[in-house]
Amino acid sequence: MSLKGKAAAIGIGELKPVKEPGDLTALGLMARVAAEAIADAGLEKKDIDGFLVGVPFSDPGMIYPASAAEVLGLNVRMLNQVDIGGASPAGMIWRAAAAIDAGMCNAVLCVVADLNKSGDQRPPVISVQREFEAPYGNIGANCGYAMIAHRHMYEYGTTARQMAKVAVDQRANALKNPLATFNDKALTIDDVLNSRMIVDPLHLYEIVSPVSGGAAIIVASPEVAKRAKNPPVWLIGAGEYANHSTITYAPSLTESPVKPAAEAAFKMSGLQPKDMNLVCPYDCYTITVIVTLEDAGFCKKGQGGPFVAEHDLTYAGDLPCNTHGGQLSFGQPGLAGGMSHVTEGIRQLMGRGGERQVKNAALAYVNGNGGIMSEQASLILERRS
Amino acid sequence: MSEYFKPLPKPTPTSRPFWEAAKRHELTIQRCGACKSFVYYPRDRCPKCFSDQLSWQRVSGRGKLYSYTVVRRASARSFADGPYVLGIVELDEGPRMTTNIVAAPEKVRVEMPVEVYFDDVTPDRTLVKFKPA
Repeated sequence: MSLKGKAAAIGIGELKPVKEPGDLTALGLMARVAAEAIADAGLEKKDIDGFLVGVPFSDPGMIYPASAAEVLGLNVRMLNQVDIGGASPAGMIWRAAAAIDAGMCNAVLCVVADLNKSGDQRPPVISVQREFEAPYGNIGANCGYAMIAHRHMYEYGTTARQMAKVAVDQRANALKNPLATFNDKALTIDDVLNSRMIVDPLHLYEIVSPVSGGAAIIVASPEVAKRAKNPPVWLIGAGEYANHSTITYAPSLTESPVKPAAEAAFKMSGLQPKDMNLVCPYDCYTITVIVTLEDAGFCKKGQGGPFVAEHDLTYAGDLPCNTHGGQLSFGQPGLAGGMSHVTEGIRQLMGRGGERQVKNAALAYVNGNGGIMSEQASLILERRS
Repeated sequence: MSEYFKPLPKPTPTSRPFWEAAKRHELTIQRCGACKSFVYYPRDRCPKCFSDQLSWQRVSGRGKLYSYTVVRRASARSFADGPYVLGIVELDEGPRMTTNIVAAPEKVRVEMPVEVYFDDVTPDRTLVKFKPA
């Protein structure tokens, strides 16, 4: 049993994020990106018979999938919400492929959108986190990643300059991405280190900015993929893992569940990290990229700092990484931030990378990360020549 | 005492002995009778072996700082009153705890030895914090 080559991404829709939501609604954004993705695939709405959706913070609700499907006017044979944090979009891709492989449906719309309405009350965390985390100020994602970064620096000698390099190279990529939020000015390592310290040792430019936006991907059966407008991008490996929610209770701060997730994905694909033409690791923070590249096997454990310093992570470099700019430069429109890594992998493999196209891109490693290095979903994507 | 605006723990039937001990300035955590693991935070079954043979045991209150951050800009308004040190303490008995380190931020280091410090934040609630040992 394997999902290798059982389904392909055939269409994407993605909005340029905006800083102020204005009159936008999450459901309205979902409709826009869904329409864009369906048209991009060369399908019609009636062809969509599967629906995977992420629940937006700005408009949450129970029995969400059927409610959102009704708004979009979908009649579907499989529907679900995927709630694994920032890993949800990557997790949707293999779930869609699994449903297709099981014969439950043929064309799955995966969609996420959200508004940045800071100050609005977010859905509550579960009772044990209200009881044992919130009283000490372990609230939000920043502090957990800061503690990961401090521990990584302590154990491996990772430096602030090495971490900053991730943001710098990804910004160089964003300068070629018209959809990126921050695409007007290059960054230097000193710019990053001179930006305001938010949670030691992470500076402002090492932390994602919340924005508003949305994205959608159509995953289809081989039969549907045959009549798609775009070259199909096949899912050839997938793996998922979680072993904690709050980072305090993780087995390690520096070795993450990316390891088993990526190992499973590479094993399914029969390929290795060195075979990849580009990588799209979730980058809520600079340290996230370093830990992910280590645990996915692109370098040895603890060598992620020197690795990102020595390699050119730009689209023209020796390890193109987050060629859309990463969320650090693209912005984080809720779960659509996590989907931006998946859409970019697909876009590059379809040969639609524009000015930032990676030459001869045929294989991509994509990783989705939820919570505080908690839920991990790794994908291997392939364009067949 | 000035009014306390930060979130307070709401003890549950599972966790009540922990908070009651903290109020007495004692650190007690659960221990599994089957696999002998110390358990934090309080559970109904051991998260390692799933036994329900959990009992409360007073522990040393000593440990080391596994990692920390100085939160200079908090995500929650209730913590916007100034930088604070959030840490993960690894107790000598094994479990890790989310906590605050009561010390000047510049004195705090990864792996430094720490000991428990009971902060009576309200007449009813005592938080379990740590200070340099």
